[in-house]
Amino acid sequence: MRVSVVRGLHRVTEYVYLLLTLCSKAHLLEVKFRNVEEMGQRSSTHWCMRLAAHAIGLACLPVAALAAPTDRSLSPTNIFAPVSTPAHSIFGLSLFVLAVTGAIFVIVFTLLLYCVVKFRRRADDDGREPPQVFGSNQVELAWTVIPVLITVVLFMATARVIASIQRAPQPENAIRVIAIGHQFWWEYRYPDLKVVTANELHVPVSDPAHPTPTFITLLSADTDHSFWVPRLAGKTDLIPNHPNSMWIDPQQTGLYLGQCAQYCGTQHAKMLLRVYADSPQEFNRWTEEQNQPALTTAAVSEGQRIFERTACINCHAVTGTVADGRFGPDLTHLMSRETIASGAAPNTPENLRLWIKNPDAIKPGSKMPAMGLSDHELDAVTAYLATLR
Amino acid sequence: MSTDSISIVNADFASRPLVAKLHEWVTTVDHKRLGILYIVYSFVFLIIAGIEALIMRIQLIRPHNDYVSPEVFNQMFTMHGTTMIFFVVMPMLFGFANYLVPLMIGARDMAFPRLNAFSFWMTAFGGILLYFSFLGANGLYGAGNAPDVGWFAYAPLTSQTFSLGHSTDFWTLSLLVSGFGSIGTAINIIATIFCMRCPGMTLAKMPLLAWLNLVMAVLVILAVSPLSAAQVMLIVDRYLGGHFFDTQAGGSAVIWMHFFWIFGHPEVYVLVIPAFAFASEIIPVFSRKAIFGYPVMVAATVCIAFISMSVWAHHMFTIGMNANANTFFVLTTMAIAVPTGIKIFNWLATMWGGKIHFKTPMLFSIAFLFQFLIAGLTGIMLGAAPFNWHLGNSYFVVAHFHYVIVGAILFTTFGAFYYWFPKMSGKMYNETLGKLHFWLFLIGFHLTFDFMHIPGLLGMPRRIYTYEPGRGWDTLNLIVTIGVFFQAAGILVFVANLLWSYFHGETAGSDPWDAWTLEWSTSSPPPAYNFATILEGRSRRPLWDRKHPEDPDWRYE
Repeated sequence: MRVSVVRGLHRVTEYVYLLLTLCSKAHLLEVKFRNVEEMGQRSSTHWCMRLAAHAIGLACLPVAALAAPTDRSLSPTNIFAPVSTPAHSIFGLSLFVLAVTGAIFVIVFTLLLYCVVKFRRRADDDGREPPQVFGSNQVELAWTVIPVLITVVLFMATARVIASIQRAPQPENAIRVIAIGHQFWWEYRYPDLKVVTANELHVPVSDPAHPTPTFITLLSADTDHSFWVPRLAGKTDLIPNHPNSMWIDPQQTGLYLGQCAQYCGTQHAKMLLRVYADSPQEFNRWTEEQNQPALTTAAVSEGQRIFERTACINCHAVTGTVADGRFGPDLTHLMSRETIASGAAPNTPENLRLWIKNPDAIKPGSKMPAMGLSDHELDAVTAYLATLR
Repeated sequence: MSTDSISIVNADFASRPLVAKLHEWVTTVDHKRLGILYIVYSFVFLIIAGIEALIMRIQLIRPHNDYVSPEVFNQMFTMHGTTMIFFVVMPMLFGFANYLVPLMIGARDMAFPRLNAFSFWMTAFGGILLYFSFLGANGLYGAGNAPDVGWFAYAPLTSQTFSLGHSTDFWTLSLLVSGFGSIGTAINIIATIFCMRCPGMTLAKMPLLAWLNLVMAVLVILAVSPLSAAQVMLIVDRYLGGHFFDTQAGGSAVIWMHFFWIFGHPEVYVLVIPAFAFASEIIPVFSRKAIFGYPVMVAATVCIAFISMSVWAHHMFTIGMNANANTFFVLTTMAIAVPTGIKIFNWLATMWGGKIHFKTPMLFSIAFLFQFLIAGLTGIMLGAAPFNWHLGNSYFVVAHFHYVIVGAILFTTFGAFYYWFPKMSGKMYNETLGKLHFWLFLIGFHLTFDFMHIPGLLGMPRRIYTYEPGRGWDTLNLIVTIGVFFQAAGILVFVANLLWSYFHGETAGSDPWDAWTLEWSTSSPPPAYNFATILEGRSRRPLWDRKHPEDPDWRYE
């Protein structure tokens, strides 16, 4: 009995959803109405429907403007340009919610405008008070019941999307990643692939026919952070002592941007996110490279010696050397990354040198201290780091 | 009649020295003077917090701007938020409640006048304490340091590990101190409304403003208590080795979020219900009609207050609650749209069939209806949890709550300023300047906050002191900043209008709006004792009955 009621409500939700998806494509309706018009049917219902279709279309215009270019031309972080299942589900729900709220807006705004224009005091007003009306049970009941129904529909639609995203099972072949938020950078660990990296997350592209989603466990080493790459999924917070999880399955290769979305301290603004969706071959190659130990050459032994004898190694690790700090990003394959300082600057020798000399020039308030090295030492350390491929 | 006044007290007030006058203001227990003190005090903080907003907007005018450092920017948004909520909007609304509630229910003062004065000075010292942090937050070493943990101060950023010095202590203590003031005022409002109504005025015949302030006061007690408890826990954590929120020692960051938002969401209604109250008085008078559906308006308000106690975790959709919890809070959040919708429809129905006078207070109220409608609809979007996973903590949510706090609350409060200014000062404001203020502020508001939604949809998180170019945010942020200057110009016109009108305005008379509630039956400004004789309330609009003896309201109620 109860199950059938829930199913029935689901069905209603689906119909309303369908109806409003159609409405949001008002130009299609317009064509339909023109046909009706040509047939000479000009009933009042027809005009009302036509008006409503226009209204909804108008309300959806701003959304259409944002949603139209589903590529990254408007913004690389546009929430209306989804390329991953969770983002797609949210996109569908948001169109539905926008259509419903847009329709409500147009109706109520029209009423308000009508009131203001129609019932303004005229120049030839006789100064008498208008008829005093104290209320109407029928009317008030109507505008209680209708919002209740709209609320139920919105709730059902929302509940379905919550379940579809949060209750999605983790398939056997899913890539597992542990993302750890730090002030103000990201650490990524792949427990199955034995890879440790920082700030640039690599995941395989997911073919919808044979999905290879990435399931991310979210941890924090210090304060609260939030993982938000709008084109892949909604945000989920990284909270110390409170492990969270989320999943993504990007269906196109490419670079997806985002940034920390929970205030975490001074440099919250430059805690940027970069997610690379690689083809399976590229991803395998990247994993293999990350598993290689760092190669050191005699040519940069001076830089390596300075690196290992200063405070660098208190925070940074280079696998296979004495450097095993855990407070800052792992530098074993630093040169495989396109950026430094959590996406704040391109990974060029000049920027790297500046970053070691004076981190505040790139990211004021970051936890990386100025090392106080001489120009010669700076050159040597930069040269050493440039060999960490 | 009660418009007669008794010529006693203050006959020689004008001739007394300034110090004596100021002494009277500082020691006053008169609800009207305390009301005005609250309003003036909150207005000073409105200017200060407005300047902080301006500094942030100048910093964000273009990507990679370096007008202020990240440290200063973080202090600015923390101070702006804390000040606006606790030391601008709350005291502003308490000020109006203080001034108006006794007058509207025909009482001569609040139930506890000295508690009233105590509450005001607690609030005042709370604000001063908060701002003293600019000078003294680092203790004796000289350099000041304002709080920079954000206005909801999520743990563990507030722990000793991440927040050195005393800036967080100033934040905590100032809210604790002003919280006691708020609770005192709330108790006072409840006692006044329950015990001090004039003969004949049953609860069902109170003006809506009194009803709504009653509901607000109940919510203050329910909401501020958990906040104060959380502040005490935070102090225990910081100085007595407690581990409530200390995640390094097994504490929970999430429990702070729960404590804060079980305060934070009812707080939204603490702020917006008095705004509803202003609209519910202004719209009928300028439409020349009784409020439509009084019992339903009261019921909807009580209903909003009740539901508002169960929606707090919609501020926490992104913290990784399980699907059941998320679904529950979606349900309660959506449910609150129903009574809110009823209120909007009832205000529209009040205007329907009326004769609308477009005086400045009414203009602000109509803009309020429009903006509150949008704020409610964006609220529904944020209430749909998966959509919230994008919108939460983005600029969209910043635009949404500014639509509520500026678009709804500040607009109706400006309406209330203009509507009751003649009563408080005895002088009429300048209508032309009032309209100029309205249009400047309206344009500025929409430039700023309409365009602020879009960067959120394009992935811009809040609380970032700078942003990367090439994300489609640049032009939008420029427009948002331009709007702020229009708003600032509007505020300047407003201040000029009030000052000029106070000294040179026309005499207003006791009832300039031909209104219907009891405050308009006494002189402007009212004498210290409010009413010379004991009034009688036979209907919800006692002055309508007096003006229309042939067709009094009590026949229908």
